[in-house]
Amino acid sequence: MINEWGGQAGRLSGVRVLAAMSGGVDSAVAAARAVAAGHDVTGVHLALSKNAATHRTGARGCCTKEDAHDARRSADVLGIPFYVWDMAERFHEDVVEDFVAEYAAGRTPNPCLRCNEKIKFAAVLDRALALGFDAVVTGHHARLGADGLLRRSVDLAKDQSYVLAVLNSEQLGHSMFPLGDSTKEQVRAEAHARGLAVADKPDSHDICFIADGDTQGFLRKHLGSEPGDIVDAGTGEVLGKHDGAFAYTVGQRKGLALGRPAPDGRPRYVLSITPVTNTVTVGPAEALEVSQVDGTRTVWIAGEPPVGPIECEVQLRAHGRPAPAVVELDGSAMSARLRRPERGIAAGQAVVAYRPDPAGDIVLGSATITTAS
Amino acid sequence: MAYLDHAATTPMLPEALDAYVATAREVGNASSLHGAGRAARRRVEESRERIAAVLGARPSEVIFTGGGTESDNLAIKGVYWARRPEGRTKVLAGAVEHHAVLDAVHWLGEHEGAEVVSLPVDHEGRVRPEVLAEALDDTVALVSVMWANNEVGTVQPIAELAALAAARGVPLHTDAVQAVGQVPVDYAASGVAALTVTGHKLGGPLGVGALVLGRDVACTPLLHGGGQERDVRSGTLDVPGIVSFAVAVEHAVKHQEQHAQRLAALRDELIERVRAVVPDAVLNGAPTDRPGARLPGNAHFGFPGCEGDALLLLLDAQDIAVSTGSACSAGVAQPSHVLLEMGADPLAARTSLRFTLGHTSTRADLDALITALPPAVDRARRAGMSR
Repeated sequence: MINEWGGQAGRLSGVRVLAAMSGGVDSAVAAARAVAAGHDVTGVHLALSKNAATHRTGARGCCTKEDAHDARRSADVLGIPFYVWDMAERFHEDVVEDFVAEYAAGRTPNPCLRCNEKIKFAAVLDRALALGFDAVVTGHHARLGADGLLRRSVDLAKDQSYVLAVLNSEQLGHSMFPLGDSTKEQVRAEAHARGLAVADKPDSHDICFIADGDTQGFLRKHLGSEPGDIVDAGTGEVLGKHDGAFAYTVGQRKGLALGRPAPDGRPRYVLSITPVTNTVTVGPAEALEVSQVDGTRTVWIAGEPPVGPIECEVQLRAHGRPAPAVVELDGSAMSARLRRPERGIAAGQAVVAYRPDPAGDIVLGSATITTAS
Repeated sequence: MAYLDHAATTPMLPEALDAYVATAREVGNASSLHGAGRAARRRVEESRERIAAVLGARPSEVIFTGGGTESDNLAIKGVYWARRPEGRTKVLAGAVEHHAVLDAVHWLGEHEGAEVVSLPVDHEGRVRPEVLAEALDDTVALVSVMWANNEVGTVQPIAELAALAAARGVPLHTDAVQAVGQVPVDYAASGVAALTVTGHKLGGPLGVGALVLGRDVACTPLLHGGGQERDVRSGTLDVPGIVSFAVAVEHAVKHQEQHAQRLAALRDELIERVRAVVPDAVLNGAPTDRPGARLPGNAHFGFPGCEGDALLLLLDAQDIAVSTGSACSAGVAQPSHVLLEMGADPLAARTSLRFTLGHTSTRADLDALITALPPAVDRARRAGMSR
């Protein structure tokens, strides 16, 4: 059987696939579709949190336990074997510590993207392949056809191609995303129809390892408080104090607590963060505008990397709108000249290049943003 | 299916299942005063007598509970609470105890002012009597050391330990859930003050067990209510469960010797054949040729370079049921505290796999294992040890 969503791996039938099951509705339906397509599916829940809550080794936070329970119940309903894989240590090193280090360096990381790159489609995929599986199936909203091209989901509001764009062709060649042709609503309806108890489980929004959603508090806990100045970009005047430059993100407006309005009476935004001097620089909205974005660690998915500039679209943050641009590669560096200025572009996020396509915009490649001007 | 995980739970004996079903058809609360109640009570008391008779106890010493975990908690918390007013606040527990004991003891330490002392074990997992002798003093409330270990099958010198404790006026509790039916267990002869036994490890039903508790051992109840069991344990008695449990205990103890001989022979063959196909496999625990040192149904190996849970997954895919020996409630495989306490390094501890045999085990189970094991080990080695 050939599946539209099966990617390169799905061109074979009866493939041995490992379904990464978070305990949510998406991954449960993805696993269900892999079963329905005739694959030999095994469910795995990744234990990622490292709260040693009691003296007993391996004790974990209740949320993770509940998610593991939900994933197990879904696997039971699908009639597939189910295991929990402990990836907490790797996750901590590769995702959580990286997250903290990136903020400390004045950048704004995307931990989901890093998790895909280092955990789900690296550590987990490698282990799966070594254990005799052919592919990993996940509940990401993105399309991966038999042509091997990664496309946006039909549900643009749920599209996750941005956080998958760091994967190389080798990783994508062993991946299946069965949900790309469905809207979230359809996924929930199918979960209901299949008798999966997670059908109405709320979406997870925030960063999974910051349970209370307080990113600033999390960073303060890991990096400590370090008072510094909030400086006006135009005049160099010190407008206020902060508890640590790392807690700010380019484009941020809320939480500056400057106490007095700007001379022009217009709101100020974070323009840049300078870890060396622990300074947060602020200015008016138009000063956030950039038309040139440079990135490093380029991954080119769609065929051979282009020689010379190409016209395409770029997306510059996780739920950002596509922007027309001219993209050019130079080794592992990528530069994007934007056709119209964009605001609030933070170093550490990914620049993802897409080719607009009626059958779903095609991911061309990605890079990690180093500078924007 | 090749079921090689009898230490987790073993199938019910046909006679125990028949007894369960027959009794479950009858109505009657053992505490009721009418005929139906009296009939139920009679079944319970007959069961108590049968269990007492084969375990070397008096009927009045058998307290029915909801299983091993409840019995362990009752013995540890109940005896601690009863003796704390005398200034006995120290609780001694073997380092390789089951979590039903360890977690109860640590809970007393964290919430009830107990001073918890862990009794270290040797490389075979045994608490040496001199270790206990040194740890005993007049502030000890109780000692808990399992009769036989659930992971590596090491049998403890329980009578020696109990005598040392008794000489200092300290009651010793032993979790004997793995031991009954596999090695000779006699409550009175062993000198222990309290002994945990459970149904589902010896062919009885799940959810029913007993604490054998000396009449002179003060014990504060955990469950208050109707006072059904000597006022130490309340709750409407599970008559079919108790009847079935008694049938299973009686059968297990009466057939223990021949059962153990059969299991040991099969287990020795398993070890030999595993070593033949995986020459670098390391047998953990006590040697099999020292009489009484190890449970007859237990074989516990380390497979160097393999993650135990990867092997489990690969064997499970071939319909072979084994255990990594430890799992937390989320199902995450963790390095076993038992192996760590025995001196294994954490990496080596993660390579382990437990095979346990029981009354339904046959050579065909071994054949299936030996066929599936070498390719599984090869694959697991290729997957390597994750960080």
